[in-house]
Amino acid sequence: MPTDQTLGSAGAEPAAQPIPRLAIPELDRCIQCGFCLPHCPTYRILGMETESPRGRIHLIEAVAQGRIPIDARFEEHMYVCLGCRACETVCPSGVKFGTIIEAARAEIGPTGSPAARRLTRLALRHLMPFPGRLRLGAALLRLYQRSRVGTLARALHLVPRRLAEMEALLPPIPDRFFTPPREVFPAIGPRRARVGLLSGCVMSLLFADLNEATIRVLRRNGCEVVVPRGQTCCAALNLHNGERERARAMARRNIDAFLGAGVDAIVINAAGCGSASKEYDALLRDDPDYAEKATRYSRLCRDVSEFLMERDLAGPLGEVRARVTYQDPCHLVHGQGIRRQPRDLLRRIPGLELVEMEGSDRCCGSAGIYNLVQPAYSRQILEEKMAAVKQTGADLVVAPNPGCMLQIASGIRAFGLGTHVRHLIDLLDQAYAAGERPGGARDPA
Amino acid sequence: MSIVRSASKAVCYTQSAVQLADLRHRIEDRTALTRALQEVLGSDRVFTHPADLIAYEYDGAQVLNAIPDLVVLPGSTEEVVGVVNAARRHRVPLIPRGAGTGLSGGAITPIGGILVSLARMKRILHVDLDNRYAVVQPGVINLDVTKAVEGSGYFYAPDPSSQSACSIGGNVANNSGGVHTLAFGVTTNHVLGLTLVLPDGSVERLGGRGADDPGLDLTGLVVGSEGTLGIVTEVTVRLMRRREGVRTMLGIFGTIAEASQAVADIIASGIAPTALEMIDQLTVEAVEPVVHAGLPLDAGAILLIEVEGVHDAIDRSAGIVDEVCRKNRAREVRVARTEEERHLYWESRKSAFGAMGRLAPNYYLNDAVVPRSQLPAIMRQVVEIARRHGLRVVNVFHAGDGNLHPLIPYDAAAPGESGRVLKASEEMLAACVAAGGSLSGEHGIGIEKNNYMPWIFSASDLDAQRRLKAAFDPTDLMNPFKVFPSPVSCGELMTRRAPRLAASGLWI
Repeated sequence: MPTDQTLGSAGAEPAAQPIPRLAIPELDRCIQCGFCLPHCPTYRILGMETESPRGRIHLIEAVAQGRIPIDARFEEHMYVCLGCRACETVCPSGVKFGTIIEAARAEIGPTGSPAARRLTRLALRHLMPFPGRLRLGAALLRLYQRSRVGTLARALHLVPRRLAEMEALLPPIPDRFFTPPREVFPAIGPRRARVGLLSGCVMSLLFADLNEATIRVLRRNGCEVVVPRGQTCCAALNLHNGERERARAMARRNIDAFLGAGVDAIVINAAGCGSASKEYDALLRDDPDYAEKATRYSRLCRDVSEFLMERDLAGPLGEVRARVTYQDPCHLVHGQGIRRQPRDLLRRIPGLELVEMEGSDRCCGSAGIYNLVQPAYSRQILEEKMAAVKQTGADLVVAPNPGCMLQIASGIRAFGLGTHVRHLIDLLDQAYAAGERPGGARDPA
Repeated sequence: MSIVRSASKAVCYTQSAVQLADLRHRIEDRTALTRALQEVLGSDRVFTHPADLIAYEYDGAQVLNAIPDLVVLPGSTEEVVGVVNAARRHRVPLIPRGAGTGLSGGAITPIGGILVSLARMKRILHVDLDNRYAVVQPGVINLDVTKAVEGSGYFYAPDPSSQSACSIGGNVANNSGGVHTLAFGVTTNHVLGLTLVLPDGSVERLGGRGADDPGLDLTGLVVGSEGTLGIVTEVTVRLMRRREGVRTMLGIFGTIAEASQAVADIIASGIAPTALEMIDQLTVEAVEPVVHAGLPLDAGAILLIEVEGVHDAIDRSAGIVDEVCRKNRAREVRVARTEEERHLYWESRKSAFGAMGRLAPNYYLNDAVVPRSQLPAIMRQVVEIARRHGLRVVNVFHAGDGNLHPLIPYDAAAPGESGRVLKASEEMLAACVAAGGSLSGEHGIGIEKNNYMPWIFSASDLDAQRRLKAAFDPTDLMNPFKVFPSPVSCGELMTRRAPRLAASGLWI
């Protein structure tokens, strides 16, 4: 069926080999209505059809048909996308854009200069899947940060500018990583459920205290908490950066770890990990040994706010006096459709005032490693976010995802706002602590 | 290439229209033209790479795909002037584009040329609530105008179903209507003035800020001219004050015939609903899984009816609506109890076209108008035509205006299906015209229906319109091969080429 020509001349000749495996059925669902455009952060700042979901879908289709080749320009359009999936929320036809863009990136592989590609690939293949190596890496980074070797090297211009910029985005590595002393933590009060905690890679290294807070809050809610030792990173970053095969291997490992632990639910406190975990079923659909298990696994996964709201949240909660605004992590609101539950939980905390910000469900520009690979666009998007935060007059921004927390915190530093960033679970934990000591509300910041 | 199932979204997508390739504009010195445009815009807003151009080969219409020679993204009136001057010097056509949500192919480039995307001109320049107008750039999204003033109790009235995505510039080009056209009219009733860049590079300010301006109504001429006269770079729009109250109702019927009769009776009763929309069963099937408005999946047709005004008047009008619906055997009349519920009803209506991807990989959307008294009869014909061609038809439309949108979901990859869709669509359009109606209610003519223009205009009518265009655009630089009958047309392909192509095994 000769369908590769259009009326145009420029680019009309078949320019490449068709890629049938990229012609995924999901592409057919897009009817090009354009409803997604105003909701796409990159279209909003650039105004280019090629930087919109509709345009990207069309480009992917064109590549699948061999009408255009996979070249640097195509790659750029695929990687300028934040992967925030705001388009999925507004798509009347229910196009799963995340699936489409992941398929395209799997064809391309990681983006950047040859060196950057090698580095990303190395990290994705040989670092992310191994918690031990990750901890070692983070410890070395901590040593570097504290030794001032970096300061000296930068002063002597030994660090390339791009690398120095990336380094500035890195948060200080904390003293302590999440290394739970045991695998099982008993429920406080009567046991109502046995749940597994996905401890996550970034969460374990940079936010050990949040994992601990999550365990405490779950235990107070009658949960026996299991942190299976065999688990690994959820593979979201691998998926977003075109490393699909490694992602599948990591998914299998988590499935084994959690299904073997006999849990009633798998609780996740990072939006990005939750979104990826809930899609293991699609990731392993064609794996005969794991398809069924992956479906079971995905069905067990719950964001912590979703999990707590599905049951009756246990009291008593003490007062946390703060004016709070809530940033919807993309992978929670768009990836998992969770909008109401975190807000409901915040409203349960006495003394806490929730103020909505303009465009709370718009990406902050963090988007996994986006702020590292596309710093200019990321910053433009962050600027808009900071203006919205400022307008609320909030003391705290709640953003239950590590990437968003780091990005917003760096925005707050850069723009000199007197705001702090907190995870939802942290505030809940604080409210429980305050509830135990009468009148014991502490300064939220 | 049969491995690729979904070849294109376009109905009239053609690879063999040799004549069209012959008509394609030849750019003599592409390098010099590119350089001239880069001088105006810088290199990052002039696009020539195939991966950039191919994303501009479509708009919302799915009627015809064509790749532009260049794409530019100007940010101001001055930059548009620069682009127009460069194009004129190189004698290359200009095709303006808003958000690319248009439904008649108005923003595609059938013979190539420079596609001028106004997506970056999206600032609201000035709002004057005391005098009830706003000055906006053409790339501003329709809904953003209302969002900017609704806090003060105002709104911008024309509200196409695509209002969350379509641009004011595109609305001006197509004289767009919307779900509240019944009460408030179409775009031309809400545009007070315009800034227009003419093909000679001059900048004209038309109209003003008041309801009527002395002299010929050139603003009225430009609104609905589909980008064939010049490029609009600023629009002064009228703002309206919200009414005291609003009531949104659903009349739930067993059949489209009963609902159509209720529409005719409501209009005849003398009350003036602000909206009166038809939503049929297939539409509910497509939108309910995404919107969750609680619409019954087993109803043959639903009327979405809105009345506005002072509270006493609302009660009276709503009472009449209720009575007329029940008289026409409505099995239930629902009233939205909360603002959220009201919003969900509207979202069901406005998501309808976008949700068609749930029914089939492709759809073809028709747009035609009939006198409202003819509605029950024409609906019977529409259903009959679809049945005869073995096609499904979705009816979701502005019933109160007699503005039909028979929508045909289909699969372009199924042999012969595209041809049947086009044939059925043409018959539906012909039936509407025969019933005393017109070719288009609100989507424009573009490249989709230009060859049907002789159905409703005589040769001298068309000639007069052509001469009017020539007064603005003597060298046919602006959006050529649109609106007027021409060798490039989806309609042409529909009526003449389709059978021949199908016979020779080619796919349209």
